[in-house]
Amino acid sequence: MGIYLPIAEISVNVFVLLAMGAVVGFLSGLFGVGGGFLITPLLIFYNIPPAIAVATGANQVIASSFSGALSHMKRGTLDFKLGFVLLAGGIVGSTAGVYVFSVLRSLGQLDLFISLLYVALLGSVGGLMLVESVNALRATRSGAAPALKKSGQHNWIHRLPLKVRFRTSKLFVSVIPVVALGAAIGFLSSIMGVGGGFIMVPALIYLLRVPTNVVVGTSLFQIIFTSGYTTLIHASTNYTVDIMLALLLMIGGVAGAQYGAKAGQKLRGEQLRALLALLVLAVALRLAVDLFITPPNLYSLASPGLS
Amino acid sequence: MARIWVLIAAFLASFPASAQSPHQESIQIGLSTDSVAITAGFAGADLTIFGSLEDADPQVSRQGRYDVIVVLEGPARPVVVRRKDRVLGVWMNLESEQFENVPVSYSLATTRAFQDITDPNNYKQLSLGANNIYMQPADRSQNPFTLAEFTKALRERKTAIGLYSENVGGVRFLSQNLFRATVRLAPDVPVGTHKARAFLFKNGIFVKESSAQLEIRKSGFEQAVFRLAHNHGFVYGLMSIGLAMVTGWLGRIIFRKD
Repeated sequence: MGIYLPIAEISVNVFVLLAMGAVVGFLSGLFGVGGGFLITPLLIFYNIPPAIAVATGANQVIASSFSGALSHMKRGTLDFKLGFVLLAGGIVGSTAGVYVFSVLRSLGQLDLFISLLYVALLGSVGGLMLVESVNALRATRSGAAPALKKSGQHNWIHRLPLKVRFRTSKLFVSVIPVVALGAAIGFLSSIMGVGGGFIMVPALIYLLRVPTNVVVGTSLFQIIFTSGYTTLIHASTNYTVDIMLALLLMIGGVAGAQYGAKAGQKLRGEQLRALLALLVLAVALRLAVDLFITPPNLYSLASPGLS
Repeated sequence: MARIWVLIAAFLASFPASAQSPHQESIQIGLSTDSVAITAGFAGADLTIFGSLEDADPQVSRQGRYDVIVVLEGPARPVVVRRKDRVLGVWMNLESEQFENVPVSYSLATTRAFQDITDPNNYKQLSLGANNIYMQPADRSQNPFTLAEFTKALRERKTAIGLYSENVGGVRFLSQNLFRATVRLAPDVPVGTHKARAFLFKNGIFVKESSAQLEIRKSGFEQAVFRLAHNHGFVYGLMSIGLAMVTGWLGRIIFRKD
């Protein structure tokens, strides 16, 4: 069944989009990430113009992260104070990101920049996660207890000024790295159409040493606002949010996410992380291949000022 | 006496079409509707245009020497053509060329194959056919070879996407005077005012042209969404966010598994 997308101005297949949303939703529920980093490349492979894929991806991420944040709020695993500080940085980062986005778009380098960012980020995050989870898997197999976080351990981040106490996270840390992290994620969110969970979660755990159970809820909470803000700016400056496209993806996504979360309970943490790492690396590889092989069409058309 | 014959011959040669027969052919086209609405299920369509010849010569008709070419031309817009080149192994857009007033779409239907209707020079003079539309470069001082290359690429891309199409045999005579033309509307046909034009050829010579306008627009809902998005982007953005939150919340209630 075909459906005409009013903003993208093309006809697409409803079932392909629903299925795409469901698969990504399942994976995002399984791994506890928003799934934006999968949706945007998939939409681009499906010939949705990258500018629309990015903005609509951000919109779709709101649905899945809101759904996830609600359950974390009920369980009390959400640090509102930390979330709001991250958010303050996120707003600044998103604004800068949307500006860079429009500049790149008019230069005709948006698609390349999006692909490069994806390859670099997904490649490095996926690689690091794979190494870490394989080590953890090996450690458990050899019988040793997995290395836990030592609460007394401090790194250079903990020596920065402007310290603030975050009660829920049992954390006393400078706001500078928190705001900076928020800003970086906001920037990526607006350029890549992702929530940034796949960077936020490891960064909060390894850099700020936030307890793991609080991390996912807080990250989801902050992502709602960052991607909401990104959606709003893209909608009012670039007119690239396609509400029909977003709705189809969300319907598939929220359904898939609940089943994914259920399936996720049957797997162990290290196994989950290893699988997620492989998935992330596969997406990065697919995008990298496109950058290096000779494209079927060397020429492309665009309207000036728009993409 | 010989001088008069020469004069007549010269007269005949200068007005071949009108001099060979007393017929003053003209062509008319009519659209069953003056607007086409793109609805949610739109996936491209065939548009039928009816037309008639007036004062046609029955003998020429019988011999099948009348030919009609119908063109549906979309609104003109500026276009940037970009070329990818390899930089450090990565393919990126490097050179680009802007063209002004490029018809977004151009669908054409003919009675017969191009070369059987008239000779290429006539097409050029009439700027008829996707290969003969003039693509006006924004920067005329550019190297003509570069311009030719980008112009060619522009036409090829438009044809590959299906926005420029040719339907040879798409015009059929239903009777001596009546014809029907079928032109293709691509799934991503642009909205706006389209111009339908019909060209009449007799014995390979261009006789008359006639045109009509067609408005292609999105249907009620799609149009409302598009307008809202472009005129009230902020409100539209808020609505998108609201929709996402409601969907997320409902999804949790309906599909809850924990």
